[in-house]
Amino acid sequence: MTVVRDPALAADARRERRFFLSLSLPALFIVGLAAILPILWIIRQSFLTTAGEYTVGNYQKVLSSGLTWSALVTTLELSLGTLAACILLGTPLALALASVRPRVANVLMAFVMLPLWTSILVRTYGWLVLLRRDGLINAALTGSGLTAEPLPLVYNFTGTLIGMVHYMLPLFLLPVYAAMRDIDPNLIRAAASMGATLRQVIRTVILPLSAGGIFSGSIIVLIYAIGFFITPAVLGGGKVNPLSTRIERTLSTFQDWGSASVLGILLLVLMALIGVMLLAARRLVAQNTVEAPHA
Amino acid sequence: MKSLAITIESVHKAYGSYVALDDVSLDIQAGEFLTLLGPSGSGKTTLLMALAGFVRPDSGKLLLGDRDITRLPPNKRDIGIVFQNYALFPHMNVLANVAYPLVLRKIPRAEARQRALDTLARVKLDGLAERNVAALSGGQRQRVALARAIVFEPRVMLMDEPLSALDKNLRETMQYEIRRLHDHLRITTIYVTHDQREALIMSDRIAVMNSGRIQQIDTPQRIYDRPSTRFVAEFMGEANIVAPGSARRIDGAEPSRETLMIRAESFHLDAKLVGGNGVALEGILRAKAFRGENWLLTLALDGGQEVLVCIPAALAGGCAELAAGQRMTAYAPAAKVHAIPGATA
Repeated sequence: MTVVRDPALAADARRERRFFLSLSLPALFIVGLAAILPILWIIRQSFLTTAGEYTVGNYQKVLSSGLTWSALVTTLELSLGTLAACILLGTPLALALASVRPRVANVLMAFVMLPLWTSILVRTYGWLVLLRRDGLINAALTGSGLTAEPLPLVYNFTGTLIGMVHYMLPLFLLPVYAAMRDIDPNLIRAAASMGATLRQVIRTVILPLSAGGIFSGSIIVLIYAIGFFITPAVLGGGKVNPLSTRIERTLSTFQDWGSASVLGILLLVLMALIGVMLLAARRLVAQNTVEAPHA
Repeated sequence: MKSLAITIESVHKAYGSYVALDDVSLDIQAGEFLTLLGPSGSGKTTLLMALAGFVRPDSGKLLLGDRDITRLPPNKRDIGIVFQNYALFPHMNVLANVAYPLVLRKIPRAEARQRALDTLARVKLDGLAERNVAALSGGQRQRVALARAIVFEPRVMLMDEPLSALDKNLRETMQYEIRRLHDHLRITTIYVTHDQREALIMSDRIAVMNSGRIQQIDTPQRIYDRPSTRFVAEFMGEANIVAPGSARRIDGAEPSRETLMIRAESFHLDAKLVGGNGVALEGILRAKAFRGENWLLTLALDGGQEVLVCIPAALAGGCAELAAGQRMTAYAPAAKVHAIPGATA
């Protein structure tokens, strides 16, 4: 059977589609201008000497430097450490929020979101006040006799990690909470009626069904964490140097745009690699959860 | 497999000032198919969820056999439940859904698989085991939910309006199939519905609920023919509640002094078909409608009350000629006239 198509109606449909596509143009224009052009510029910059001649020397210099590789390792340690802490702290928190009544959950959610309304600089210095040798936490620890000496909580990896987790946790929480709220409560009831304990319900129903949210949250955390600058700069005390602070130092101390660009490209490549790995991980999870659960 | 009796002893549940269950007591025999029937908000689902363990009663007692389950968590009750929206796990295929309760019970994989497949065959889903749940039709999902609820051989089954999402034909097929499955397995079953036809077709006994109370509990026939309250009479179909004084015996002049319940389909237009001890209602024909298998006549009695009279098309020789405004009499045999106790004016 052939359907006769009215050309006027088909034209209407095309016009409609075009109109809705055109709504995305302003955003596409800005993204193109503000993201793609600078990236192209950085790529070009990475192949130029300070005098403006073409070279691969920047790459040789940066990639042969031990500082670069230790910065790369620090970036990975900070990012994955933050991600692990967010998953370990955020998933139970999301579960708790999703299991209370919506009214209560909204109030609790407001508390979780509160830090997001404060400037990151203010919060980072706030942590400095709390974590210093003579800060509130150490004063409480030594004052109560729990520890004899103040703990080294800041100007090191621990302090940087604390500051970063504090910033990322709400960002991680949002998609995970949304995914868990979306789970039909009858699924949990059904599992319980068939004999599942709370632990089994969490493992066989809740976690698999919120995997998408955990995945999104993880991507957000990693995107932020890989390029995170202020917290390592302030709470790291010069001892924690991920790629972001190396870039800043290369620019402000040595005015070496070529090397800084190479470091920037390194950051981009790192991001792309992590993205690919996450996608592969998600595919693996999706394949596994179709099978019967191992209880 | 041994199914168990269920005892509900003066269960009470309120949400703030709203009383969901008002001193409900009910005994269900082992192997019985009992339906909780009532309009939405009548408390039938709350009662079911209390039995399942998802609603904690304010007071009262729930027993399975002679075991008190009032404070037992849901996962220890060993009750199979079919939910209104099926509640199938979207991240598992059909087989994994059905095998889920068996896997939880640490039954070896091969055996769990075989039992799940056997149960799928029992609900006529052979060949769909590897199918994704999202790829199933409503009726197929319903069957998966059913299979999942019976695969672990629970001693009691609860079903919460399981057919309400299906279209009419499929619903009727499933009614017979669920009933046949019950006749075969004999699991004590409590079935919740707001559809009175469904309740009549499927149940051993029906408990009619309204405003958190059980109005009447009886066999489908007695619930239909001998309702104990006006609410039950009206909820169970086209019932005419005839006020005292409007009806008289065919062989007498004395009007009745009780409130009578007469179903629309109990009437005849010919007094000879009814017998002298039957009841006659006189009035003016207000409207008539042809409904295919029958005619529906609206009769305004002399007191002003309107009565619905339903005459099967096969017996309605004269109905086509009746004209609105015409005076006429409808007759009902004594066996079909029921005085509602306690409703005498």
